[in-house]
Amino acid sequence: MGPGPGCPVSLELTARLPSRGFEADFSVADGETVAVLGPNGAGKSTLLGLISGLLRPAWGRAQLDGNVLFSAGQRPPDRWVPAHARGVGLLAQEPLLFPHLSVKANVAYGPRSRGASRAAADQTARHWLAELDATELAGRRPAELSGGQGQRVAVARALAAEPALLLLDEPMSALDITAAPALRRLLRRVLAGRKAVIVTHEPLDALLLAHRVVVVDGGRIVEQGPVREVFARPRSSFAAGMTGLNLVTGTATETGLTDADGVHWSGDAEAGLRPGDLAAAAFRPASVALFTDLPAGSPRNAVAATVTELVPHGGLVTVRAGWLAAEVTPAAVSDLSLAPGDRVHFVVKAAEVSIYPR
Amino acid sequence: MATTTAVPDRVNTVPDTATAVRAPVPYWVYPLAAAGAIFVLLPLAGMAARVNWQEFPQLVTSEASLAALGLSLRTATASTALCIVLGIPMALVLARSSFPGQQVLRSLVLLPLVLPPVVGGLALLYTFGRRGLLGSTFEAFGLQIAFSTTAVVLAQTFVALPFLVLSLEGALRTAGTRYEAAAATLGARPSRVLRTVTLPLVLPGLLSGAVLSFARCLGEFGATLTFAGSLQGVTRTLPLEIYLQRETDADAAVALSLVLVVVAVVVVTLVHSRAGWAPALGVR
Repeated sequence: MGPGPGCPVSLELTARLPSRGFEADFSVADGETVAVLGPNGAGKSTLLGLISGLLRPAWGRAQLDGNVLFSAGQRPPDRWVPAHARGVGLLAQEPLLFPHLSVKANVAYGPRSRGASRAAADQTARHWLAELDATELAGRRPAELSGGQGQRVAVARALAAEPALLLLDEPMSALDITAAPALRRLLRRVLAGRKAVIVTHEPLDALLLAHRVVVVDGGRIVEQGPVREVFARPRSSFAAGMTGLNLVTGTATETGLTDADGVHWSGDAEAGLRPGDLAAAAFRPASVALFTDLPAGSPRNAVAATVTELVPHGGLVTVRAGWLAAEVTPAAVSDLSLAPGDRVHFVVKAAEVSIYPR
Repeated sequence: MATTTAVPDRVNTVPDTATAVRAPVPYWVYPLAAAGAIFVLLPLAGMAARVNWQEFPQLVTSEASLAALGLSLRTATASTALCIVLGIPMALVLARSSFPGQQVLRSLVLLPLVLPPVVGGLALLYTFGRRGLLGSTFEAFGLQIAFSTTAVVLAQTFVALPFLVLSLEGALRTAGTRYEAAAATLGARPSRVLRTVTLPLVLPGLLSGAVLSFARCLGEFGATLTFAGSLQGVTRTLPLEIYLQRETDADAAVALSLVLVVVAVVVVTLVHSRAGWAPALGVR
């Protein structure tokens, strides 16, 4: 299954690596961002290595914008384009900024490598630092940056090299929870209209950054499709476990969103979202608390619902009530003596709810 | 951390220090370690006690001494440069590529470390000497290598090269390839990656390797004597001069030895302070 209809395919990859048990057909359309989800060791890094040119398969073929990246074990002769000549950028979990260069020199590195003059590369660097809200960091050394600042500069550096395709390998995983949402917002802005592949553990990343989701497990693509479809009706058990986000669609308001049933959800709205826009709210089951009596205080969202099932997994219990899911400890379940048919309040803090345009 | 605000006295009287406890070393280790340190330092003291301080300036500035010192510094500098030119590619090949027989090659390259220098000198003589493997070829071009200053440089390079290769290969392995991969995905060709990323990252290792090589060159004796001989101003380096003077003028030999000891101490200090260079480069 390829990308959506009407989109010219611009990355096509077929590869087999028997030693890693990897076998996949993968494609990215023009201007499309694809999220790759999957457990550790599923083959996500292998996929990125194959595309970026850091891994060489014995059998396979890949093509980007009509240029062959590699061809092995197919029609001879075999072909191999080294990483530096592919036009594929890679953003890793850590920024990997060159420690001996200033922030600006780091960002100018890509243009300089492609033969730009010092002045032109400088200008490109300034442009991308401004895009990533990092102009004031230009003169610093990488050692003087926080994790979030470093990753922002790394994004600027990757984009300044003008890659035809940008690969992001869990770019938020090494950041603390306060820095991740800010970077996610920046990525959402700079990835718009750009070909990108983002490997992630975080369903929110896929939801907010990608058009299409590819779920990898055991070296195979087990499921793929438009983000909302996969999240709403996950077919693979992994996707079901991982993407079990609570999703609400409706219309944006000043402070959140009103859903089709008229329930108002307060949340953290993305910049640029205006009241009246079509919007969606997402929050994780782990952010939901359950109460039999409605608590007072802090800005919270609360919905009363009837429990439909209790699913224990990995030391926790998922409590479902229709489309709503909460992930709580077994102790919480026994404290409330919950059972299917009980009526409880699902409560989630406004800060835990992300609201973004549809 | 000390605090300046008023706090109850009881708190101030408690010493606010804690010492990290390491896994203990057996007590009997200490006297043996002390004996080892004394064994290394005592001879140096013995030599220093034997120095004729009144005549020291004349002894180290005699024509023969200055010629030997100048030759030593010039040849050691040239040899270190040659070690860098040949050693960087060797370390790169050993650390960054893999091919059949790599382990064997590594052992062979490091052979001069364990080989008696005299044997190295003989090997060079039978390679570059007049009747050696390549000597006759050089001879045809009117080049005679053995018993020339060039021979001194070759002998020093032969024994010092492994120091640079070992030091740099270790630094390359420690630095890893992640930054190099990042540079490649930014469009940098391999030569540019080497120049702008790899070498700056391993600069501390390269410098300490170069300093060690320089020190080894300065102290070279056996291979030089065998392959280059002992011609004043041409091949007679400081160690050869010291050995020669020992027979006729022990005071001069001791004075020159002290000069070498001082140079060695400076070099060792430089290498050990290299931990201080790393933060300046932002390398952890």
